[in-house]
Amino acid sequence: MTGISIFFTVLFYLASIVFIVGMARKIYQYWVTPAPLKIPTAPTPLTKTGVYMRMAREVTLFESLFKSNKWTWLFGWMFHIGLFLVLIRHIRYFWPGEIPEIFLLTQPFKYAAFAMVIGLVGLIGRRIFVERVRYISAPSDYLMLLMLLIIGVSGVVMTFTTNHTDVVMVKDFASGLITFNWADMPTEIQWVIHLLMVIVLIAIFPISKLLHVPGIFFSPTRNQVDDARRRRHISPWALEQEANNDEKLGQTLGKDNN
Amino acid sequence: MADEYEVPELPTYIEIPDINEGIMDGEGPFKSSEEFQAPLGFPGEKVENWKEKAIDKMADLKSKYRSVQVFLDMCVKCGACTDKCHYFLGTSDPKNMPVARQDLFRSVYRRYFTFSGKYFPKLVGAKELDDEMLDDWYNYYHQCSQCRRCSVFCPYGIDTAEISMAAREVLDVVGVGQKYCNQILGKAVTVGNNLGLPEPALRDTLVDLEEEVEEDTGVPIKYPLDQKGSEILLVTPSADFFAEPHIDGLIGYGKVFHQDGVTWTLSSYASEAANFGMFIGSYDVMRKAALRIRKAALDLEVSRIIVGECGHAWRVAYSFWNTLSGVGSGASDEFALKLQNQLDSRYPQPQHIIEYTYNLIQEGKIEFDKSENDHRTVTFHDSCNVARATNMGGIPNGQFILPREVIKSVCNNYVDMERGTIMESTFCCGGGGGLLTDDLMEIRIKGAMPRMQALKEVEKSDGVDTLAAICAICKSQFTKVLPKFDFDPYMIVSVHQLVSDAIVLEKPEGSDSEVEESTEVTEE
Ligand code: SF4
Ligand code: SF4
Repeated sequence: MTGISIFFTVLFYLASIVFIVGMARKIYQYWVTPAPLKIPTAPTPLTKTGVYMRMAREVTLFESLFKSNKWTWLFGWMFHIGLFLVLIRHIRYFWPGEIPEIFLLTQPFKYAAFAMVIGLVGLIGRRIFVERVRYISAPSDYLMLLMLLIIGVSGVVMTFTTNHTDVVMVKDFASGLITFNWADMPTEIQWVIHLLMVIVLIAIFPISKLLHVPGIFFSPTRNQVDDARRRRHISPWALEQEANNDEKLGQTLGKDNN
Repeated sequence: MADEYEVPELPTYIEIPDINEGIMDGEGPFKSSEEFQAPLGFPGEKVENWKEKAIDKMADLKSKYRSVQVFLDMCVKCGACTDKCHYFLGTSDPKNMPVARQDLFRSVYRRYFTFSGKYFPKLVGAKELDDEMLDDWYNYYHQCSQCRRCSVFCPYGIDTAEISMAAREVLDVVGVGQKYCNQILGKAVTVGNNLGLPEPALRDTLVDLEEEVEEDTGVPIKYPLDQKGSEILLVTPSADFFAEPHIDGLIGYGKVFHQDGVTWTLSSYASEAANFGMFIGSYDVMRKAALRIRKAALDLEVSRIIVGECGHAWRVAYSFWNTLSGVGSGASDEFALKLQNQLDSRYPQPQHIIEYTYNLIQEGKIEFDKSENDHRTVTFHDSCNVARATNMGGIPNGQFILPREVIKSVCNNYVDMERGTIMESTFCCGGGGGLLTDDLMEIRIKGAMPRMQALKEVEKSDGVDTLAAICAICKSQFTKVLPKFDFDPYMIVSVHQLVSDAIVLEKPEGSDSEVEESTEVTEE
């Protein structure tokens, strides 16, 4: 194997470990941190099914964002749906050997890359030119969009221009990562950059705002059923506090007249 | 005093302002002192090791509240919420944009609790917690009415109210409390209501009220206090006992109860529905206040608990009581079980007075002479806490439907304000979340602008001259700010004032008015 292939193979595994361990820790943290009070935001679902529907609409259609700001919605949705389709299409590279026929259907998904790139350009533009959004942006917010844009553009370059890379080699390399059957990767600059950015993004996932991906499923204003009167909702710490604290509460928080 | 502030002009539609950094910088509201801090268990002044204590408290809060932890992590700075806060629209101070308000807290969280913030603070906008930052917290977290409008529009439901409650709790713990809220809470958890009205004063007021109403209507309507064995315990904001226009709402509740023929009572021990514990973010204080109501319900042996017109009170009652004190179903401690046995399970517990009146209307148990309200054209202001954090009637969006149905049953002329400013998108009155104090008058006036703008539009297009609300804070706030925007301060009414004006009361036999009526009939 070439030095650069070894380097990226190692880097890929390191990033993956950071990703898996980091995400597991974060998700565990969200899981065990109780939401002590019922705080769903209107329009609230009154049943569990309602919550599933609401969540489904949020993650597939970005319902709240649509209500909020049509341009941000348009660019944001284009980017996310584009990324999603492109990712599905990428399965072929990681699949060891012949891909099942069904994946041939994903061939046209390559055009989704344009949606992704256009969306990203829109989002960057908004961040730079809308004063309010510029005010709340930190350098990392621009960098992250930039990285995604580089990933998108380098992908487009490899797919739609004559600057192709050796797809067979990419597939051997990528599927080799999965099967621990390591292989050399191509060395064209567009490919190397593409890969590097992806690896960085994977690594920073659990320590950045990319946590919105698992986070939304834990968002109490979105995932709670509005049934407080019918069902008692109480957190373990509050129950414990109730058991131990009642007397203390009486002593510390003012004295009753009665 | 308020006149010295520049009152925003009302545009025909709301434009998103250009940002003006630092325009609402300041000291914030009056600070609390030992006298008001101590009864709540908070230090009287900024403690020596405040920074350490604040960071500890942040760690504690984010481990107790999933909302805080998740919201701090997942904001993507998309900016969708930036133009949703009435305080930003009214002041143009960028720190009043919801995400920027959260960032005051988030930047500190990042600095002390995250890898990227510890090692690359500049890159991710992480900041030290210093005196300046704490001052900013105090100032800008008291320019948030915890109305949750931002949460509706955030793609992840990030609720700035949760962050502002957390920040206020941290401030309280290090001894930098707000006078207004903490002084009131002291009275609420000792005397039983926010005004500090003791039982005799309350009794006098109610006796006066009975006389007044009987004089007015010829019907001996009772406003009972501490009547053991009544069917219904009414818990209402104490403003209803004294303030205008609140008291006309209280008169209305009494008339409705009277027509239904139920026995009901107020409690002197729990004479307050409002619960400012929520505003300061303290679970303990909030619970303490809520427990008084449970105790009153047990002592008075009532079978139903009904809550009067108050926004955040209804949030606490509807969404939190069952959690805090087991009013509702499912709690298992001794008192809660006793209460569950005692309360009538055919009704939701607690119930809102609007739900109660609405049901009576549906059942045809009360009648109205709608023409009594013909001199008015009414619009309804959805109070944020009712609109965004509760439900009524157990039907989807019931909290928007029921009050409107009640209003439409009692008056002929009803118009809604623009859709983007009502229901779940309602604009706050500008005085919620513990901001209803004179030392915050500037932000109250400026924050009222978006609501006033929508009101101006229906005034122009439909001649609206009455603004109905079901929240004590909204009513007080509007009374103050309406005249600033060239409205009649008396145009704000309780929904139950409209009910009160139109309800047809059964007169007792042989009374004067009965005779008058019969003569009228013979004349015809
Ligand atoms: S809408 Fe939500 S995610 Fe977007 S900036 Fe505001 S708080 Fe952050
Ligand atoms: S909760 Fe209301 S007042 Fe507070 S930031 Fe959000 S919109 Fe503004």
